[in-house]
Formats: sequence, structure tokens, C-alpha cells
Amino acid sequence: MHSFGFRANAVLTFGITILALICAMASISDNFNSPRPSSEIQILNINWFQKQPHGNDEIEDFQVWDVVPICLFSPIDATAAMVSLTMNITADLQSLFTWNTKQVFVFVAAEYETPKNALNQVSLWDAIIPAKEHAKFWVQTANKYRFVDQGSNLRGKDFNLTLHWHVMPKTGKMFANKLVIPGYRLPEEYR
Amino acid sequence: MHDGKRLKNGREIPIVHRVIKVHERQETEEVEVLTKGDNNYGDDRLLYAQGQLWLQRHHIMGRAVGFLPYVGWVTIIMTEKPIIKYILIGALGLLVITSKD
Repeated sequence: MHSFGFRANAVLTFGITILALICAMASISDNFNSPRPSSEIQILNINWFQKQPHGNDEIEDFQVWDVVPICLFSPIDATAAMVSLTMNITADLQSLFTWNTKQVFVFVAAEYETPKNALNQVSLWDAIIPAKEHAKFWVQTANKYRFVDQGSNLRGKDFNLTLHWHVMPKTGKMFANKLVIPGYRLPEEYR
Repeated sequence: MHDGKRLKNGREIPIVHRVIKVHERQETEEVEVLTKGDNNYGDDRLLYAQGQLWLQRHHIMGRAVGFLPYVGWVTIIMTEKPIIKYILIGALGLLVITSKD
């Protein structure tokens, strides 16, 4: 019972159990944080609102297409529309950070309903916030990702811009939440 | 709905990537999803099967809910250097056999 093997095994098991307990306590401590995040998103301009060559509605910055390899142009639907827009995103997410926070992943998604789909969520922009100091920010940007619909349902469409955040801990449970900002609308006609 | 999701696409290794587009049908429970790795420039369509543009529910194995740092290294080491697996099991077996109770 006192051989090296037994002792090594006992120490290892004990060590791992304690580590697991500490991880759990660190994660539980995150529950005591009551965050008060705030944000405002302004759409400065709808740059481009077109029907894609093969159909889908999309808003996109035209220059980007030249650099994109052909294989991404696979035909999606018979009809689809595209959107390109510029937004001002302001947010204060400092209250989300705890001592156990590794980073916060934040993204803005456009949410809308169409006759075919009860819910459409299209991510327009995202960023990683590595520390509390960077969590209060103002960003002016065009949409990072293609705002494409499955179909051409976007003309005159009302949509919400939702700011989502995922708080990634150094260890333990990940928290996610969102702030819905309704009241945006796309133009009635393509341009 | 945009958290890290594990997906399978005919390959052995599940991938944890983020959802960037969701289209959920009216009436039915069907959902179509597009994913992207945070560090990748483009979305995952290049990783999907030939001609596949969306992931459906049955392609998604699960969802990331938390982090346990460094635990994955145990699996990685045992897969890359299988001898360690044998040594570990051998040592545990020896321990069991030589125990007096």
C-alpha cells in the first residue's frame, strides 16, 4: 500500500480532483456577475441592393467580389437577393468581463421573417474582444459577411439588428445573450 | 443560436465552428445553417460535401457550452502516440494486480 505506484496514483487522482473542483468554483463565481451591457446600431447607408446574377437578394460591396474565388459562386436558388450596408456600431460590454473571462465574442445579426422561413438570421459583423479595456467601442463598418436571402424577399423588408455576445471563460460554462434592436427597413426597390 | 457547433460532414473528425447564417422554415422544424471558423477568411462551404450549401439538424452533433482547459491534450497525446495509451493501461493493470485487497 505504500509503493511508489500507489502513492503516485493517489497524488495524481487527488490533484486532478482538486483541479476539477477549482474549475467548477471559478465557473460558479461567474454567476454572481450581473452584467449591464448596452448598445446602439445605426445604419448609415445601404450601399448596394441587388439581385445576384443567379438570383438571391444580396447587399454587398462590389469590390469584394473580384477577389472571391469562383467556387463560392455556386448557384443557390433560382432567385436570391443581396444587400451591402454600412453601420455604426456602439457598445459598452465592459460589465460582461469577470476575472474568469478569456474573451467575449460579439456579433451583429440581421433577423427577419419571410413567407418561406419563420426565422432568418444572417450574421453581418463580428469581433473578438480580448480584454475589458477594449469592451467599450465604436465601429463604423460595412457588413463583413454577405447579407444574402434565400430568395428575393428583401425589398421593403423590416428587420431587427441583434447584438449577440458570447462570454468565453478561462474555464467552465460559457454565457451567451443578446440585445434585440428592432426598427430597420430595407429599400422598396433594388439599387 | 450562433454558438460553436460540432458538425460532421462525412469525415471522421467533428469540427467546432460558429454559425453565421440560420434559415428556419415556417411550420416545420427544418433549419438550414451555414458555419465558419473564426480564424478562417471564408465560410465552411469548402468543407461541406460536394454540392452541399447548408447544414441540417442531422449534420450537427452538438453545441459548445463551456471550456475545460488542456483536457483535450490527453486525447491528442493518446491518439498521436498510442504507446502512451498502452503504457497507461499497462500501469493501471499492474496496480490492480499487485494490490493486496
